[in-house]
Amino acid sequence: MACIEARGLRKAFKSTIALDGVDLRVEEGRILGLIGPNGAGKTTALNAILGLTPYQGELRVLGRDPWAERDLLMRDVCFIADVAVLPRWIRVSQVIDYVAGVHPRFDRAKAEGFLTKTTIRRASKVRELSKGMVAQLHLALVMAIDARLLVLDEPTLGLDILYRKQFYDSLLNDYFDRSRTIVVTTHQVEEVEHVLTDVLFMDRGRIVFSCSMDDFESRYLELAVRPEQVAAARALRPMHERQAIGRSVLLFDSVDRGQLAALGEVRTPSIADLFVAVLGDKPGDQAGQAPGAVR
Amino acid sequence: MNTMNNPPNAMPESSRGSQINDSQINAAQVAAPAAFAATRPFYWALRRELWENRSIYIAPLAVAALILFGFMLSTIHLPDQMRAAAALDPMKQHDIIEKPFDLAELLLMATYLIVAIFYCLDALHGERRDRSILFWKSLPVSDVTTVLSKASIPLLLLPLFIWAVTVATQWIMLLLSSAVLLGSGQSAATLWRHLPLFQMWMGLLYHLVVVHGFYFAPVYGWLLLVSGWARRMAFLWAGLPMLAIGVVEKIAFNTMYFANMLGSRLQGGDDAGAASAPGRMMDSLTIITLGKFLISPGMLIGLAIFAAFLVAAIRLRRYQGPI
Repeated sequence: MACIEARGLRKAFKSTIALDGVDLRVEEGRILGLIGPNGAGKTTALNAILGLTPYQGELRVLGRDPWAERDLLMRDVCFIADVAVLPRWIRVSQVIDYVAGVHPRFDRAKAEGFLTKTTIRRASKVRELSKGMVAQLHLALVMAIDARLLVLDEPTLGLDILYRKQFYDSLLNDYFDRSRTIVVTTHQVEEVEHVLTDVLFMDRGRIVFSCSMDDFESRYLELAVRPEQVAAARALRPMHERQAIGRSVLLFDSVDRGQLAALGEVRTPSIADLFVAVLGDKPGDQAGQAPGAVR
Repeated sequence: MNTMNNPPNAMPESSRGSQINDSQINAAQVAAPAAFAATRPFYWALRRELWENRSIYIAPLAVAALILFGFMLSTIHLPDQMRAAAALDPMKQHDIIEKPFDLAELLLMATYLIVAIFYCLDALHGERRDRSILFWKSLPVSDVTTVLSKASIPLLLLPLFIWAVTVATQWIMLLLSSAVLLGSGQSAATLWRHLPLFQMWMGLLYHLVVVHGFYFAPVYGWLLLVSGWARRMAFLWAGLPMLAIGVVEKIAFNTMYFANMLGSRLQGGDDAGAASAPGRMMDSLTIITLGKFLISPGMLIGLAIFAAFLVAAIRLRRYQGPI
């Protein structure tokens, strides 16, 4: 059974279409990065998956209809919506008590264990903690829940680089175990890049690209082409071209590595490079026109 | 809560076959998650409300402390007062003795209403304002549980707590005055004779739960609904529509049914509700009247409206996110 399965997911607000027919299938055990410009519909998609917003179309999460069964679904799903959603008035000890009280799959000892690695004191109120500590606390709570799906929506927004790195490290080392599924959205693509198993680009309410990281590495190559070879390289139909320090950098889909190596330096592009190539230099302007796009 | 944490395992060892024991244990294990689903989230949702809104218990306790402080100062004159009162006829004597006790009751009752109104107006608004609704919704607690736990604060928890505080306050007042009187060489017997505290407390319990809890329920329901709906200024949104309806009715039909209805509701209903007003003794006649009040149309219609408001508030919370 797929962890998340959506068909023709649509959601319109008064003046904008947030989701415009999204088809999506996420198998269990994947770590999916949902990447897109602001207003692409990422958060709306996650909200639909979490049962926070009604939608049109078909959507099953762990076999349930999220909008109809949010409270039951939340026994198997965890989410961190963004950094600052823990109530500011609550004490650390209270929030642990509360989650232990209402969540049948919360392991209190585990949460306490994670917290002892931090400088967070039990008697502190959330308002007294720094932003990074709040994120640590929330992550400790979430990691102590034996959930099947974890949804993270910009979980590290506004954190400094140390906290951000630590956040994803502990997520990978202490939490992920191949049976769980993680869906994460972020603007800091380079930080999650090595974590992901799948990547998905959204723009204007549509999925404009989706690929597993294994495919990504074998399919896409970036060539910093020698000036005299530019014409030859262009003949190989790059999907995108940009200028970097006086050199043309071309991005190719499914072109033989040896062939490219003759024309310049070849390397695997980053997700951010591909994102720019797929969505164009002005995000939001060329939705769905990129080659290799998957609908 | 310990009883809920552990499945009922205190089964006595018996000589019966192990099969029966097994099935009992299985039944207990099946029952445990069911109990978990039903009561635990509600209990913790209630605790959350008390953590978040400490004024629910701090305000009444503070008022009680103030009352006691004031009363303590007043006991300086108590021996003189009692000597003077001894010359009066019993009715006047009664009034003088009972007055501070009635005042304490009324002050705590007013505290109840003020706390309840402010609590309700913030209950479904605060969590959206500080975005924490996203955290609460990330846990397996349904909107029904959340809204019901919030509604039970003004409807059940506050009246019972106010009652307990009033009882404690009046008890301390009585002991204090007795001690002062005995200290000045007078008997406290007159005092005790004129204060049938037990009867007063039973009457008060009824008044708090039935009138200020149940009869006022539609008011709390309305305030909760507004707090779940309004993006800001919930206080204004709660009051203005009432005013508007009243004004339109007055201008269009030159009648005041709506205003009168609201007024009667807030005064605790007609004679039946008033019959339980503080200070009244409970005799058999009033008990019958009070019983009728419980099933009167005014009460039942009020509860139905309250239920409708709650359903709307639950539905609203499902759709609402942070503001």
